[in-house]
Amino acid sequence: MPDTSQNTTPQRTPLYDKHLESEGKIVDFAGWEMPINYGSQVKEHNQVREDAGMFDVSHMVVLDFHGKDVKRFLQYLLANDVAKLKDSGKALYSGMLNETGGVIDDLIVYYLSDDFYRMVVNAATRVNDLQWINQQAKDFDLEIKERDDLAMIAVQGPNAREKTHSLLTAENATKVSALKPFFGCQVDEIFFARTGYTGEDGYEIMILNDDVADFWDKLLSSGVKPIGLGARDTLRLEAGMNLYGTDMDETISPLSAGMAWTIAWEPSERDFIGRKALETLKSEGIKHKLVGLILEDKGVLRGHQKVVTEFGDGEITSGSFSPTLGLSIALARVPTEAKDKCHVEIRGKHLSAKIVKPQFVRNGKSVL
Amino acid sequence: MSNENPSDLKYTNTHEWVRDNGDGTVTIGITEHAQDLLGDVVFVELPELESSLTAEENCGVIESVKAASDMYAPLEGEVTEVNEELDGEPELINTAPFGEGWIFSMKLKSMADLEELMDADAYEAFCQE
Repeated sequence: MPDTSQNTTPQRTPLYDKHLESEGKIVDFAGWEMPINYGSQVKEHNQVREDAGMFDVSHMVVLDFHGKDVKRFLQYLLANDVAKLKDSGKALYSGMLNETGGVIDDLIVYYLSDDFYRMVVNAATRVNDLQWINQQAKDFDLEIKERDDLAMIAVQGPNAREKTHSLLTAENATKVSALKPFFGCQVDEIFFARTGYTGEDGYEIMILNDDVADFWDKLLSSGVKPIGLGARDTLRLEAGMNLYGTDMDETISPLSAGMAWTIAWEPSERDFIGRKALETLKSEGIKHKLVGLILEDKGVLRGHQKVVTEFGDGEITSGSFSPTLGLSIALARVPTEAKDKCHVEIRGKHLSAKIVKPQFVRNGKSVL
Repeated sequence: MSNENPSDLKYTNTHEWVRDNGDGTVTIGITEHAQDLLGDVVFVELPELESSLTAEENCGVIESVKAASDMYAPLEGEVTEVNEELDGEPELINTAPFGEGWIFSMKLKSMADLEELMDADAYEAFCQE
């Protein structure tokens, strides 16, 4: 597990005072003082599904890679292949693996030009990631710059884009609104990416620390409501998106974490870190898979609860109540053969659950 | 945060309130402070009707979106009533913790045991600690 206590004194993002102004309830998250909610997690969750909400994700880590070897390096570092990125601004989701095929982190990388890529990694894994990346980069001609001068706001929801556009000049609004899903672009001092972690449309916006509070206020006045980490978790769970450290870590291969689609096996001569281990795992047969669960009895699924199937036991990796569906859902790692039905052990009782694909909600609607 | 803990109630250090119904029974719920800590309540596992409980015995669970939280019997006695409304509307615990969000009633073994619990002032002080 990564070291999550990188700093003994808690850190604050440039939006800390804004969270207090909106009566955010502050908790420690990976050494950062972040808002868990601003009153009601469920209301915030619904706000994102039905209208537009914004998250302070400034604690996440932005890394810029410059140099002539950058592409070759990222093709070595990541399980997904940045060669897929042919248009400027295009983003790619990937795992960064260790030699045994375990997931060091999951991340998004943007192709900006042949000698410039941008990567966003998790806050909780920052120290470990930087150490690993720098160590691997030793023999490559490139420069890695941590952009700690940048803050980040995620604006998400069916009305998120429109409300964001309303804050921009006509010319910039045209540029930003032309972004296709999973693309980003630099507009003046701000980087807009049509990405997110909620299953809704919207942007992740990287902006200078000095400018972020002003931009936050503008979003507020255009009707975008602040959303805490609590709702961020239920939103991403409904969308079936993994949370690093919970749904996968350095001991879990992407093949058992619902991330097989992020492994680029072709071209076969691309020798990325972890490839050999993954090939071995694959040839031996994958024993576990990540699935979605829906609780049919009353109760709430939670992480680490035991899942009982006819093919053996598994474990819930993330569980909660789904505000959109009005019932409890989870991600769980279970034996590969398991399907249809299972039981979850909650306080000594075996409750019935259904095994489904790990995706529950997209664009405000159930996909079950 | 509200400091309006009703003065006619008694309180436990696990944030339950206890109302003396004057007929040998008491009604129990969780306080405003407790519901605020829990956040949105989505499921309540109620105590079993007619079960005998000892003081501080774990007798149910309140699940919020955030976490599961155990519920405890404030004193020794028998469960005489549970709030079935919470099955369909668990959020009553958030919206009316001292009213419609009550959780269960007990017939106490000894009403004198009530004196062991905190009054509103003591509970308020306890929450400030």
